Amino acid sequence: MAEIDPTQLELERQGVLLTTVNRFYNWGRRSSIWPMAFGLACCAIEMMAFGLSRYDVARFGAELFRASPRQADLMIVAGTVTKKMAPQVVRLYNQMAEPRYVISMGACATSGGPFRDGYNVLRGIDLLIPVDVYVPGCPPRPEALLHALMTLQEQIDRQKLGRVRWYGSSDKPQTSDFPVPTFGAKGLEIDGKLVDPVGGLPLLSPYTSPSHGEHRSGQIEHPEIVRQFPIMDPEVELENALKARGVAPEIAADDLKRSVVNDA
Amino acid sequence: MPEMSPAELRARLAAALPDALVDVAPLAMTPPPAHGPQPGMFHPPDPFVHPDHLVAAALFVRDTLGYALLSDIAVVDYLYAGCFELVYRFYHPSGGPGIVLRVRVPRDAPQVPSLTPHWPAANFHEREAFDLFGVEFVGHPYLRRIYMWDEFEGFPMRKDFPRQGDKYLGGDE
Repeated sequence: MAEIDPTQLELERQGVLLTTVNRFYNWGRRSSIWPMAFGLACCAIEMMAFGLSRYDVARFGAELFRASPRQADLMIVAGTVTKKMAPQVVRLYNQMAEPRYVISMGACATSGGPFRDGYNVLRGIDLLIPVDVYVPGCPPRPEALLHALMTLQEQIDRQKLGRVRWYGSSDKPQTSDFPVPTFGAKGLEIDGKLVDPVGGLPLLSPYTSPSHGEHRSGQIEHPEIVRQFPIMDPEVELENALKARGVAPEIAADDLKRSVVNDA
Repeated sequence: MPEMSPAELRARLAAALPDALVDVAPLAMTPPPAHGPQPGMFHPPDPFVHPDHLVAAALFVRDTLGYALLSDIAVVDYLYAGCFELVYRFYHPSGGPGIVLRVRVPRDAPQVPSLTPHWPAANFHEREAFDLFGVEFVGHPYLRRIYMWDEFEGFPMRKDFPRQGDKYLGGDE
């Protein structure tokens, strides 16, 4: 809960309810985030546990899994997004009414996971749609998904009604439909360009983190920086994209935890 | 429950269809290392069938031996030996261990007669083998991709399909 006067909280404890339209409205929205009944792989099993009695997401008002994207507020991308499935995911997202949120659940939806270097799996759903909360894990436990939901609720709490795109006067930047990728000879394409070229992936999504759902730039932040995934330590001097120069300090110090090194 | 060893199956096939069986030499899966222990050659006991006689052999297995359930068609890419090996696995409806027929075709012209006209269960297996390995099943009524999209180029499970992914960047240097 951001920027709430402690006097107000104290008054609430005493039974006097003082609120602002903003806070009241956000409370209403955060307390009924209806997810879409939409699972792609094994993460969906954990998502079912998250919805059912043991973990009971009804405590957060998000128990109503809707089968229609028109009635859903939240898309939980639960599982491996294969390239063949990705256009449907984007299409479903485009069909959701604003305000809409996305939780990327698990390693596969976030980055491609163990299938990242394969030929058939999208390397992260954030290449195609903006993601609000990422959940690590393979699969994440239901508690982790609950935590993601609470994180999303905190993000909603921080929204200002006057500034969000979908209310108020219309001079704010509005979203259009997100481009649905098409099938190409090597993979998914948007406007004839590969969505996830090898070696060319930015560390950040092209859809910059939609800051609390308020805007989307569509630009890669700092495109001038060449990013390579595996070695991110700026201290390390690189021989090529994946190989550090010189000898690892552990080896130089003979600090490997084994007494005999045979070179057979 | 019916049980049939590979040797028994070979004998039955040799008696019924003398032209169908082929003798294959043991196959080297990798180039032999310059030194060190030499890997063994691959020579399974199952009968190898000539592609031209595959349909007859499969129908013999189904109609005479009673192994009516075609469980799987697996393709193995022996890149070094230059051949694809198709492994047809059959089961008997009343249970017991399965039997295996193997077919080897050259990698540059992988053509095998289709079992689908006689055996509807082979339809999706053959489409999968075509999709991922590019094995052409002659006589298949609807041979097109089943997993990958139609626009995809190449056969991704072949051993010489280009590796992709960040972890292979700079690997050849």
